Formats: sequence, structure tokens, C-alpha cells
Amino acid sequence: MATKSLARQQMLGRLFIYSALILLALYYLMPLWVMVTTSLKPLDEIYSGSFIGLPQEITFEAWSKAWSGACIGTECTGLRPYFVNSIMMVVPAVLLSTGLGALNGYVLTKWRFKGANLVFGMMLFGCFLPYQAVILPMAQVLGRLGLSGSIPGLVLVHTVYGICFTSLFFRNYFITIPDELTKAAQIDGAGFFRIFLSIMLPAALPIIVVSCIWQFTQVWNDFLFGVSFTSGSDTPITVALNNIVNVTTGRKQYNVDMASAMIAAIPTLLVYVVAGRYFVRGLTAGAVKG
Amino acid sequence: MATLDINRVRKAYGNLEVLKEVNISVGDGEFLVLLGPSGCGKSTLLNIIAGLEDITGGEVLIGNRVVNDLPPKDRDIAMVFQSYALYPTMTVRQNIEFGMKIRGIPAEERAKATNAAAEMLQMTGLLDRKPSQLSGGQRQRVAMGRAIVRHPDLFLFDEPLSNLDAKLRVDMRTEIKRLHQRLGTTIVYVTHDQIEAMTLATKVAVMKGGVVQHFGPPQEVYDRPANTYVARFVGSPAMNIIPGWLLASDGVPTVAFDTPQGEAVVRGVPLSAETAHRFAGRDVLVGIRPEHFGLDPSGTVPVGVDVVEPTGPDTLIVFAAGGTEVVARLEPFDAQVGRQERFSVKAEKVVLFDPATETRLD
Ligand SMILES: Nc1ncnc2c1ncn2[C@@H]1O[C@H](COP(=O)(O)OP(=O)(O)OP(=O)(O)O)[C@@H](O)[C@H]1O
Ligand SMILES: [Mg+2]
Repeated sequence: MATKSLARQQMLGRLFIYSALILLALYYLMPLWVMVTTSLKPLDEIYSGSFIGLPQEITFEAWSKAWSGACIGTECTGLRPYFVNSIMMVVPAVLLSTGLGALNGYVLTKWRFKGANLVFGMMLFGCFLPYQAVILPMAQVLGRLGLSGSIPGLVLVHTVYGICFTSLFFRNYFITIPDELTKAAQIDGAGFFRIFLSIMLPAALPIIVVSCIWQFTQVWNDFLFGVSFTSGSDTPITVALNNIVNVTTGRKQYNVDMASAMIAAIPTLLVYVVAGRYFVRGLTAGAVKG
Repeated sequence: MATLDINRVRKAYGNLEVLKEVNISVGDGEFLVLLGPSGCGKSTLLNIIAGLEDITGGEVLIGNRVVNDLPPKDRDIAMVFQSYALYPTMTVRQNIEFGMKIRGIPAEERAKATNAAAEMLQMTGLLDRKPSQLSGGQRQRVAMGRAIVRHPDLFLFDEPLSNLDAKLRVDMRTEIKRLHQRLGTTIVYVTHDQIEAMTLATKVAVMKGGVVQHFGPPQEVYDRPANTYVARFVGSPAMNIIPGWLLASDGVPTVAFDTPQGEAVVRGVPLSAETAHRFAGRDVLVGIRPEHFGLDPSGTVPVGVDVVEPTGPDTLIVFAAGGTEVVARLEPFDAQVGRQERFSVKAEKVVLFDPATETRLD
């Protein structure tokens, strides 16, 4: 008897937990649902029907318009060139900031110098600097370097800003790798870069993935730097998306807006789907022992 | 192969002096053990020999060549670390070949050397595994293999056995000894385990607080320890250090100490006439190893048995003398707590120390 009621209680508990989870999941998926369905409806249906219902007639017109026809300012090129801009910005920025962060972490843990802790402290401080605080000085620097208003300029900004985070990731990872490993390699005759490339980097795969995902999302989703330092046809996709959505003339094209927003979000989604497993693993993993 | 000379080596981290004037010198093919408690500077000294730490003062010579300013790779050394320090992403084979690769040794030769080392250490079946797929003892072998293929002038071992369980430790100890006999290469070996030191070394340097307390062959360190610290650190159970005094007598140095059962007298302890004269009638510390007591009805040491600890091959008797606890190791006999016995002492094995400086009196 007692065990039976216990089992029943357990089942009730389960039921409660699952229903709560499902409800919350639905709640969170709602906007996505609205985005997807809206982007597949013709404009007339949106204006006549409800926002939430299934489309009566599925059309990819909004998607193709968002990709290659929507007007941004005076140009009606769609998001495509800006998508390319973002790629041109995000790939070098991610690679550079991750590479430099790895190098920093390596030096800060395995080649400790006088004042290493101070340098690390200042880098940490950089993580807490709000974007807004660096915009003006950054603009001046970009101007001096002749990189104002360009994608390479944005690459520089994101790399510099990202180094604080990536250095922190790599430092905290490398500090768990025993120093004896570098000593053994030194005795084997390996130099500074050989140790870095042959021993530290291969052991750091999980944290490399973490750093890449983190930087990719940060850089791809950034709006403030993009809107501050670039304009016209040089802007990244987030700024272009904003410009599409904020068009004030004519009927508001909700379906195109939604399709555009999803196009802008797809790369980060993809990165998470492909590498998300490693993300969690990398955040929780210490160094490989032995 | 090479000699190793450490001349007045000092090391300081800021104001913290970790090594103070270390002098050690061993010949070609010797097995030097640096023995001491945790934090006494053993690893620091080893790292200085390897070139992994820079030196604050003094010189290190390997094969009569001053190596102070040579980087580790140019010192012709190989090192085995306490944590093994195997490269985690490489297979065993790659681990062993890494150093040869860097030195530009052709692939065929590398493979040959690796296979030879693997055979010697009985790990041919492990070559394609990653370190994470090996047991502690196997990792230890790989680390040794990596060192062997280097054919160094000098092997450096930093507590290589301390991560192994007791049984494996004994096996690997034998293996290291065999390796030394086979290769004949000079070895410097760090440990805090005095049994490892005694079994492996041809020379032991007992260290404490960055100072070498005694440097000499293991038997000498055991028989004639330089001071009470060394006496207590080497040997298990440790040497008994009993407060007593030197009798002024007829040319045969004689010491005495109190026991609750009466005065104990040991005649004929090794002491020079000059020191015997200087210390006549004064307090000394009497060092007696547990095994140098013997059950003897006509012995000169009256004993009240406090504790009996049979170990199998012998029986440990704990009794009081000179205000301290004293341990004797005797052949098993029918020992009874509370009973009175008489022990004799092998006088020629007794070591005397100056109570003020705690150094040995000769
Ligand atoms: N980088 C450093 N900075 C300051 N002090 C250090 C540094 N490295 C070691 N020490 C100090 O030097 C002393 C000797 O250290 P060492 O590692 O040589 O000891 P050890 O004899 O090898 O001990 P163990 O048996 O625990 O390995 C210790 O007191 C340690 O705290
Ligand atoms: Mg040590």
C-alpha cells in the first residue's frame, strides 16, 4: 500500500514537472512560431487575419524579398550584401581574437613574467568595460588608422574588444594544464611557439570551441559598434536589419521583417546546433590530465 | 655519461632563500639521490640542474662544462617528472618521438629507437594509445621511455614513483635500478622516501631548508649521520636520540643515560681521544639505531617494557630512557608488557651528537 501511494505521488510530481516544462517551452517558442508563420504568409493575409494562426497559403516571397529585394535606404538589394559584410567581419574577428586570446592565455600561465597578474587584471577589467565607454576613443583610433567606416575597422574593434574575454577563457583553461608539461617540452627541445602549437593548442580544443562560439555570437549580433562605426553599404547585417524594419513609408511589411530577422539569426543558431555540445563540454572541462 | 658538480649554488625567489650554498659532486655513472621533506628545495635544485630555473649564484657543471647559461635542450639531459608530463593529445609513440623529431632525427631512426625503448620497458603493445588510456605504472614507463631515447649524459628524476601504489612503487624502483645498471648513465633522483634513497643511491644528499645536511654514500648516511636531523630522517623506525652524558674514563669512551630502572652504561663508543677529552663529564646525545639493541641478561641497559609490537620478522620494544621513548628492534621473543629486561648495545655502532649544535661528534 505504502509503496503504491509513493509511486503515485512520484508520478504526480513527474506530471507536474513535465507540464510546467512544456508550458514554459511553449511560451518561449511562441515568438519563433509567430516569426516563422508570419514570414510564410502573404502580406494581405497578415493584415486580414490573426497573427498566430497557420498560414492559409504558404509563400516564400517574403524570404526572397528579404534576401535580395528589400529596400534599405535607397538601395533595394535585400540583406545579401550585408550578410556578406557580416561574414567578412565575423570570420577574421573570431579567428584573430581567439588566436590572440590563446597566445595571451599561454603566456600568462606558462611564461609568467613580472607583472603578469597586473596585466591579467587589466584584461579582466576590459571585460567589464561597457561598449558605450569605448565608442568615442575607438572612433578616434579608427580615424587615425584610416579604417573609419570600413569592415576591417569593425574587425579591429571586435578583435580588441574580444581579446579580454578570449584571454580569460584560455588563461583559466591553461592554468589547469600542469607546468611540467611545458618543462618536459623544453627539455625535449621545443621552443615557445612549438610548445604552443604542438602541445597547448591541441590540448585546448574544447576551449577553442567555446571561444569561437562566444566570439561568433558577440560579433555577429553586435549592433552598437556596427551602427557607430559604419554606414551605408558597409554596415553589418544587424544594422541593415534595423534599417529594413524601420522603414516608415507604405504598409509595414511584417512578413519581410520576420524573414529578415530570421536570416540574420540563422548563422548563430547554426553555430549552436553544430558546436553546442562542445560548448557545454568546454565550459565544464578542465585540462586533460596525464 | 658525465660527472656532475654543483658548486656553491644558491637560489632565491625575491627575499626567500630556497637554496643556500649547495655543494654536491658526483662522478660518472653515479646514482645521486636528493632526499628531504616537502619544501626543502629538492625540485628547485633539480630544475636548476635541468636549466628550467635560473640560478641566483654559483655554478653547475655537467661533464666539467659550466652549463649555467645553457638552455635545457643543450644540456644533454633527460627528465622524468612526478606527474609524468606526457603530452595528452599525442599517442605514446608520438610522445616518445617528439624530442627526436625536434632534433631532426630521421623517421626510420626514430622508429628504431622508440621500438628499442618500448621493448626494454615492456610496453610495445601500448605505443598507439593515448596517455589517458594508460594506468599510472604504464604512464611511468612511457615517461622513462621518452627519457631513454634521448641517450642523455644525465637522467633527472623528480619523485617519479610518488603517484604509484605501494606494490607498483617497489616494482618500478627495481626497474629504475636495473635501468641504471644497464645504461650506466649518471642519475639525479629526487625523493622524500628514505627507503628509495637507501636502495637506489650510490650517493645521498639529505636536504633540509635549502641546506645539504649530509652528503655521502647511503651506508655512511645511515651509520654515521652528520646530525640528529639526518639521524632521524633516515631509517625506520628512526634512530633513537637519548640525552645522556660522557663519562670521564680510562681511554675507553663510555656513555651513560638514565632509565626508570637505573643507569645504563655503554662502553667503547667510537670517539676520538681528543673529543672524548673535550666532552668528558659533559652532556651528549646518544644515537642508537633500534636494531643495535639486543636481549641480553647480562646487558648494561635496564629496560621496563612499555609497548610490544611484533612485526613478524622482529619484535619492536618501546621503553623509556633519558626522558624519551626508545624503540628497540629485537628477534622475536616472549615479550611481556611491564616486565623488566636487560638489553645490550652494539657500542661500536653508537653515534654521539653535541647537544648544543646537534652535529655528530667524532
Ligand atoms: N616560483 C616560486 N616562487 C616562490 N617560492 C617558490 C617558488 N617555487 C618554489 N618555491 C619555494 O621554494 C621551496 C622549495 O620548493 P621545491 O619545489 O624545491 O620543494 P621540494 O623539496 O621539491 O618539495 P616537494 O617534496 O613538496 O616537491 C618551497 O618552500 C617553495 O614554496
Ligand atoms: Mg618537488
